[in-house]
Amino acid sequence: MRVCPTEALRVSGGKAQLISNRCIDCGECYRVCPTHAITVEQDDFSRIFSYKHRIALIPSVMLGQFNDEIPRDEIAQALMNLGFTSIVEVEDSVEYLIGQLNRYIASSSTKPVISSFCPAVVRLIQVKFPSLVENIALVRPPLDLTASYVKANLIEQGIPESEIGIFYVTPCAAKIVAIKRPEGEDKSEIEGVINMDFIYNRILREVKHRVQIGENASFSSELSPRSYTWALTNGEASHIEGRSLAIDGIWNVVEFLEKIENDEISGIDYLELRACDESCAGGILPPGNRFLAAELIRKNAKGVGFWSVQRSMDKVKSYEQKVAGQTSLLPLQPRSMLKLDEDMARAMLKMQRVNRIMCYLPGIDCGVCGAPSCLSLAEDIVQGKGAISHCVFLQKIMEQNKLSPTHSFEIMKRIWGENRFLKDCDKPIRNK
Amino acid sequence: MHFEYRVQGGDFVRAGQASSQVKKILKQLNVSPGIIKRVVVALYEGEVNIVAHAFQGKIYVDIETNKIRVVLDDVGPGIPDIEMAMRPGFSTASPIVREMGFGAGMGLPNIKANTDKMKISSVVGVGTRLEFEVALKE
Repeated sequence: MRVCPTEALRVSGGKAQLISNRCIDCGECYRVCPTHAITVEQDDFSRIFSYKHRIALIPSVMLGQFNDEIPRDEIAQALMNLGFTSIVEVEDSVEYLIGQLNRYIASSSTKPVISSFCPAVVRLIQVKFPSLVENIALVRPPLDLTASYVKANLIEQGIPESEIGIFYVTPCAAKIVAIKRPEGEDKSEIEGVINMDFIYNRILREVKHRVQIGENASFSSELSPRSYTWALTNGEASHIEGRSLAIDGIWNVVEFLEKIENDEISGIDYLELRACDESCAGGILPPGNRFLAAELIRKNAKGVGFWSVQRSMDKVKSYEQKVAGQTSLLPLQPRSMLKLDEDMARAMLKMQRVNRIMCYLPGIDCGVCGAPSCLSLAEDIVQGKGAISHCVFLQKIMEQNKLSPTHSFEIMKRIWGENRFLKDCDKPIRNK
Repeated sequence: MHFEYRVQGGDFVRAGQASSQVKKILKQLNVSPGIIKRVVVALYEGEVNIVAHAFQGKIYVDIETNKIRVVLDDVGPGIPDIEMAMRPGFSTASPIVREMGFGAGMGLPNIKANTDKMKISSVVGVGTRLEFEVALKE
């Protein structure tokens, strides 16, 4: 409950309840949930077979999960055995994207430009930093560009669009939501999403059974070294002209956005902001250790060897032919969650009430009331979603005159559920 | 609604706390992002001015449904020539302060640009009072 950067969780009836319009899909709660009650929805894998052409979009982070004894081609073959007809790396469009981004930044009057790469960060800005929405680069992220490119290529070969199914293997929940309910796009080109932990298990099983590598078993994409590392921390920032910063970890991002919003920082051209520590290598779905994965991806990038300027230019040209005119996002809208009321006068009255309630709450943010902090309980009360008697401190005071101990026990049971008060030697305990 | 904040002269580490607080309040009151930005920029500049030049100060913020009114009072050296101080680029900041990224001489002009009303009064050797107002509805 307390790890949520937008205070979107409350405990009620013994369970964590999600306030969906506050949730930015960063997955921080997924990491810490002691009972693993939070799951990440995914599409039924057999859905891929509804399409004749089944393309797997694999992020470089996926390859960082396997140790380097498993060659790329073997992974490609394993994916084909699972039913895909073609395997493409997500970062294929990065060479093209770098040029687009640098042009966008050079022509933008609102600085710093903030990367649109991490969907959790985009949503964080929409709900918590509405005034910075205009700083987000309206440039489609590599995943979307690559998907458009792949689709355009196949359509050019005469394949009807209805036969093309592009499936993305995701390292995080935010990308799933970005595909199902995209911001800045009417509809995503991606037909379905498969969680990385699921496909990891399937690939490993194939590999353990010693796959026979067929002739066509290879990635249809070739990544330059800088494309490989794009999804890692500093992957973007190091290729942007001017002053740019790379910040990973959702709380680090929140702290920095506060400063940007106050105009405390100037002279920065570009911000690469990633919700997860170690960026996508630290996503919630990659099974491996994030530091090892990042190291392996860097090693893969070095392993590419010499990458000529000509190769980059060929890629850029090819993308220009296929996806020029599809590089921009539609303007994004703020969705502020902080307002106490649409009407300012009513919001002021509510704020005064919040401040009064705060005089009585203990300020220790214990969370026993089911809200992540005293302030959020006070706000819930004012919004009619909580009661002052939920506070265990105030209960003690109220018990001295009119609140009966039985009633106060009932209140606690309503928040934490009956079972929480029973003896249980098997409850999950963190750090044990 | 009335709020008060204390500012300690010379404490650059904490400069910006009042602006952060006020920003949060305005967001909760559903003030539009553009207006919040103007208020916060002006307030931050004022806050930094106290930190950079004065010994200590107090910020009084009054929010009504149609406007926000801010008074920044400080105990400090005062401004001998307000007209000069208002000129873009004019600064008396020490090299150390400039090294920290402050003192470019844009503080007061920036406040003026971001507010609807601004008034500054000062007594040399006593202190300075800066007042400004921003309409909260477009």
